[in-house]
Amino acid sequence: MLRTWRQRITLTDIFIWLIGLSIATLVVWGTIATLRQGQYPGSVWLDLTIKGLALGGVYALIAMGYTMVYGILKMINFAHSEVFMAGPFTAVFVAIGLSKSGFLDRQPVIGLALILVVSAGVSTLIAILLERICYRPLRNAPRLVPLITAIGASFFLQYTFRGLYGSGSYGYPAIKALSKSWLVGGIHIYATQVVVIIGAILMMLILFGIVQWTKIGKAMRAVSEDKEAAELMGINVDRIIVFTFALGGASAGAAGVLYTLLFPVVTFYMGFFPGIKAFTAAVLGGIGNVPGAFLGAIILGLLESVGPNLFLTGLGVPSPSQLKDAIAFIVLVLILIFRPTGILGERISKDKA
Amino acid sequence: MVKKLSIVLTTLAVIAMVLTACGPKAAAYTCTDKIGCVKIGPTDPIHIAYLLVVAGPNSALGIDSRNGVEVAIDDGGGKIAGHTVKFDGLDGGCSADGGQAAGTKLASDPTIVAVIGTSCSSEARSAEPLLSAAGFVTISSSNTAPDLTDPTNKNHYPGYFRTAHNDKIQGAAAADFAYNFLKVTKAATIHDGSLYADSLQQVFADSFKKLGGTITLQTSVTVGQTDMSSVLASVASGSPELIYFPIFMPEGAFIINQAKTTPGLEKTNLMVADGLYSPDVMKAAGASVEGVYVSSPLVQGAAYDAFVAKYKTKFGTDPINIFHAHAYDAYGIVKAAIEKVAVTQADGTVYIPRQGLRDAMAATKDYKGLTGVLTCSVDGDCANPIIGVYQYHTGAYPPTLIWPTQYIKK
Repeated sequence: MLRTWRQRITLTDIFIWLIGLSIATLVVWGTIATLRQGQYPGSVWLDLTIKGLALGGVYALIAMGYTMVYGILKMINFAHSEVFMAGPFTAVFVAIGLSKSGFLDRQPVIGLALILVVSAGVSTLIAILLERICYRPLRNAPRLVPLITAIGASFFLQYTFRGLYGSGSYGYPAIKALSKSWLVGGIHIYATQVVVIIGAILMMLILFGIVQWTKIGKAMRAVSEDKEAAELMGINVDRIIVFTFALGGASAGAAGVLYTLLFPVVTFYMGFFPGIKAFTAAVLGGIGNVPGAFLGAIILGLLESVGPNLFLTGLGVPSPSQLKDAIAFIVLVLILIFRPTGILGERISKDKA
Repeated sequence: MVKKLSIVLTTLAVIAMVLTACGPKAAAYTCTDKIGCVKIGPTDPIHIAYLLVVAGPNSALGIDSRNGVEVAIDDGGGKIAGHTVKFDGLDGGCSADGGQAAGTKLASDPTIVAVIGTSCSSEARSAEPLLSAAGFVTISSSNTAPDLTDPTNKNHYPGYFRTAHNDKIQGAAAADFAYNFLKVTKAATIHDGSLYADSLQQVFADSFKKLGGTITLQTSVTVGQTDMSSVLASVASGSPELIYFPIFMPEGAFIINQAKTTPGLEKTNLMVADGLYSPDVMKAAGASVEGVYVSSPLVQGAAYDAFVAKYKTKFGTDPINIFHAHAYDAYGIVKAAIEKVAVTQADGTVYIPRQGLRDAMAATKDYKGLTGVLTCSVDGDCANPIIGVYQYHTGAYPPTLIWPTQYIKK
């Protein structure tokens, strides 16, 4: 028994375990040191946690697009970050118009719904066009080809929108109805945060419902299991793929509106970082797995928000917040090393593996 | 008939003789300048280039400077030393790599005499070595980092001048305002790793401590960061009365926005510097911009008002940023220096010795500009600045001047 064990372990394994162990020690040590310093009262952690949850919710909605497309086409749609940008960057003009006319303050619910519809609509349109023009002709090409196409499409979309709306930034108007806050446990909880968290959970449930309990969702799952068999069973694979892209686009557009409630500035390059974070979240939870992406996104949002101060302050790092991206990507690397299929695992049928 | 022909021939012969007599004399100009001369043919224009941020989120800064130069060119009749001016250039993106790319391209063009730029100190840090090596004179209307004109610093290069204030002055003025006018004693600073922000917050912190205040934290964010919650939590743990973050868009707007929702910072004074004096801040920060302080050079006077009127008729808008007058003066100083050193030949060819031009720039004395009476130092500082502090109010641009109180127009 011991012998087989010894045979299985290679030098690389030991090396990787050492890296993992040292990072884990660093995290635990840093956390203990920070908490013992007592620089931050408990309310700060609560505040950061709520902000992290809101951020995680937004990441989760963007991650849906990555994970569903991966589930069906086995490709990473790197242009998804631009699909995410397109919606809110267009809807900002609707928002500014509604705000100037005073409609947004009088009818905040209808106004916000209108912005949401425009944003989700534009993102959906872009996602569908992307599939039709860039990916469908390459469906049977080697896997690397659509990946490179995706990167090209990403740049194309970015600079198309730069040409359309200019290279400057636009600000989303503040919605008066959402400027409320409640004092809970010594911190203010803002209406925007509540709306973002509830909105994200609601949309996740809708998405999950569509995939799990509708006929077209069943077809999606069938296509993702085995494309040929699904086609033989009479499923229109092309239509299912278009629907998947549309669903991913719509959720990215909706995520965009929630994102602008938190960070009300839009630019043509705003998609890059949230996109790459959402991709990380999707991998973290297990790419191709819808609940996994949600879990991964929430974990990532919390890590980014709470992590820098919690892990690094105690270690004496001068500006911990600058390292928040590093924390996110170290987590990605660790996951890829120790659990390449993600936390919940990619759902792999025997045939695909 | 024969007589006529002989007259024509004689005239031609005389002209030919005159021309040959002149010929060797024109060629007699030999360039003795250490780093060479620019030769401008009789009909060629004098090429002045710009390296400014004219695209992206900070484009207001560069476009405003470019507009200022264009007004200055018009005021000078569009000519320098009798030659028309060719004015074009590149975007530097307000970043080190943007400055590097644009600087490389400009440095390869030997027709360029002088470069107006850069907009941001980070651009200068990477572009200046290239432009200086190419022999150009560079004059910036908005670089403010102290390094650039500090002869002991590696970021200082010969041929570099600026009409913008040195941040040693702006940082000290901001600290003076905070400590003596706002009466705050505890401040924190945030920078974004750029040369400009890092040096400015350091000057502020040093001056603030010298006045008797305490700096609770000096921290930083990354360019492109949107979520400021963790950095603001660190700032809040020291409970400062003022946060000084002399950074750029859009990170500055995110900090303004999110500070209001960070526990412990709801009422803290926020103060930024000239990098965030822009209508984009109003657009992006929304209602939370109310009450934010911003320091910026103060330019007043009848000549300035006349300039603003010209700017308005040419571009259809009030000046969009703060360094238009500095750019106007930058061009004026370059023009005066070129005209001082240019050697014009009889046929209209002009030679401009490059080192001579640098020396003439450094010798600029009592130049009457829009931003004051300017005298350049050998190290490159030409400004004679007064720093004002303004306050943003929701829905009203530009911000209103609140300090120094003697300059407030009643």
